[in-house]
Amino acid sequence: MAAVGVELAGIRLRNPFLLASGIWGESGESLKGAYAAGAGGVVTKSIGEAPRDGYPNPTIDTYEQWGMLNAMGLPNPGIEEYPREVAVAVAAGVPTIGSVFAGDADAFAAVARRMASTGVLALELNLSCPHAKGLGSEVGSDPAEVERVVRAVVRAVTVPVIAKITPNTADPVALGLAAERGGAAAVSAINTLRALAIDLNLRRPVLAHGLGGLSGAAIKPVGLAVVWQLYEALKIPVVGIGGIRTVDDAIEYALAGARAVEVGTAVAFDGIGVFGRLAAELPPRLDALGFPSWGAAVGAAHPAPGAAVRTT
Amino acid sequence: MRTVVSVVERVVETPSTVTLRFDDPRPARPGQFVMLWVPGDDELPMSLAYVGARKGVTVKAMGGTSRRILDLPVGTRLGVRGPYGTSFDLSPRRILLVGGGSGTAVLAPAAEAALANGSTLTAALGATTKKELLFEERLRSAGATVVVATDDGTAGERGYVTGLVERLLADSPFDVVWTCGPEVMMQKVVAAAGPRSVPVVCSVERHMKCALGMCDACALGPYHVCVDGPVFPAERIASLPEFGRTKRAPSGRSVPA
Repeated sequence: MAAVGVELAGIRLRNPFLLASGIWGESGESLKGAYAAGAGGVVTKSIGEAPRDGYPNPTIDTYEQWGMLNAMGLPNPGIEEYPREVAVAVAAGVPTIGSVFAGDADAFAAVARRMASTGVLALELNLSCPHAKGLGSEVGSDPAEVERVVRAVVRAVTVPVIAKITPNTADPVALGLAAERGGAAAVSAINTLRALAIDLNLRRPVLAHGLGGLSGAAIKPVGLAVVWQLYEALKIPVVGIGGIRTVDDAIEYALAGARAVEVGTAVAFDGIGVFGRLAAELPPRLDALGFPSWGAAVGAAHPAPGAAVRTT
Repeated sequence: MRTVVSVVERVVETPSTVTLRFDDPRPARPGQFVMLWVPGDDELPMSLAYVGARKGVTVKAMGGTSRRILDLPVGTRLGVRGPYGTSFDLSPRRILLVGGGSGTAVLAPAAEAALANGSTLTAALGATTKKELLFEERLRSAGATVVVATDDGTAGERGYVTGLVERLLADSPFDVVWTCGPEVMMQKVVAAAGPRSVPVVCSVERHMKCALGMCDACALGPYHVCVDGPVFPAERIASLPEFGRTKRAPSGRSVPA
């Protein structure tokens, strides 16, 4: 059977399926539960300097066939409280990546330092939430700012730093290159796409915040494109995110260049058992497709070296 | 999937609770809840007090939004997602229902269904005062034996409903206890039923956002109340350190329940 273990930025994972940030990540017990269900590792909810309630409901709107919109508004208990949650997962041996957000490089470094001290194996910088004023993609849309933030965090911590890139920009590759220059060990892409749902009968936006982020099947081709471009342009590994619900979705991301993948929206439709199913189905599917390992599939859809002009 | 309904009936049940009825033909089971969206305000999880095609929620004035829901007139349009969550097993033959305050709202449709199936049911209802007793007549007319306790003694026995529960369990055999109300009350019910080996089923409440088992807002130990609950066998939750002690605030912070 094909080997599915993954090494990502120095972290060893039993399979490439990471729990995406924002899903099941508020409590330590839930992080443990996602790993017990079969995930290769987990990414915490994005944690900031202070507690945030997030937006009022409705914070989500679902469309089973193609995905969902959300505008949670980065709710989180704050970096003073959260370490006791993440400690539960770390103590249980769950490979945990701590997600953090802030409004500028100094604040990012401060939150990152505290998160890194909890025993997480890596950090993921949320430079891409599409619906929080002064945060997320409002920080992460400017390559110079991305580079500044990543560099400040890399200097502040000893664990590897993963930059989560926004797709809500004309040039995500420029953001990936900026993260690489800043010292990121990997990039992850994509976060949700800015989106709006309108209720026809009520003649108003569904989400309380108005604008939200689109996830699920609808964004898979967009995620694949960004991962493809990042793989072409960057030397550091890429984590693929966006609309992964089946092993075939995941393998497509590997072919585009993803070293690992994150799964989020599928949990809402299929339950946390989606991780056990993905983990069980991946080796036989790779066998059937003729790949000796997950690693052998990574980037395999790209032209062989020398056969194509790289964009960098 | 979300749908938009209109309030077709508004019933003032007690000084602090109002039932809103609306037509939504989607099938629902007793114990399940919906996410009720008041456009321009908020969306809240509401247990169904009526589960047929003409559904109903019985809302108690708690925070700002629930207080405003009490004043919504007939004709108000609301968004509804669901129904979601677990429900009551209606097969036990001898049922003891223990409702504290507005907790009785979620138990009433289960009681009606079980009584219609031929089960016997004793309802022990607790309230602060006579005027706040919820669904006493509804349960009686469905065929339940109803006993009452009020904090001020204005109806039934003076004191907490858990005092009644001790005696009912001692006097008669029951196959199950269904309970919903303050968690401290439910803990006492579990403590009373445990030595007699009567299983207890609890309906619990937590702050909710997605209601899809995704966002973690309603995490309770290893469970998510929106998909693993809100109706739980007590043995799954009664020993959790959170139960009766803490809940999660909208930020995810653990705060006193």
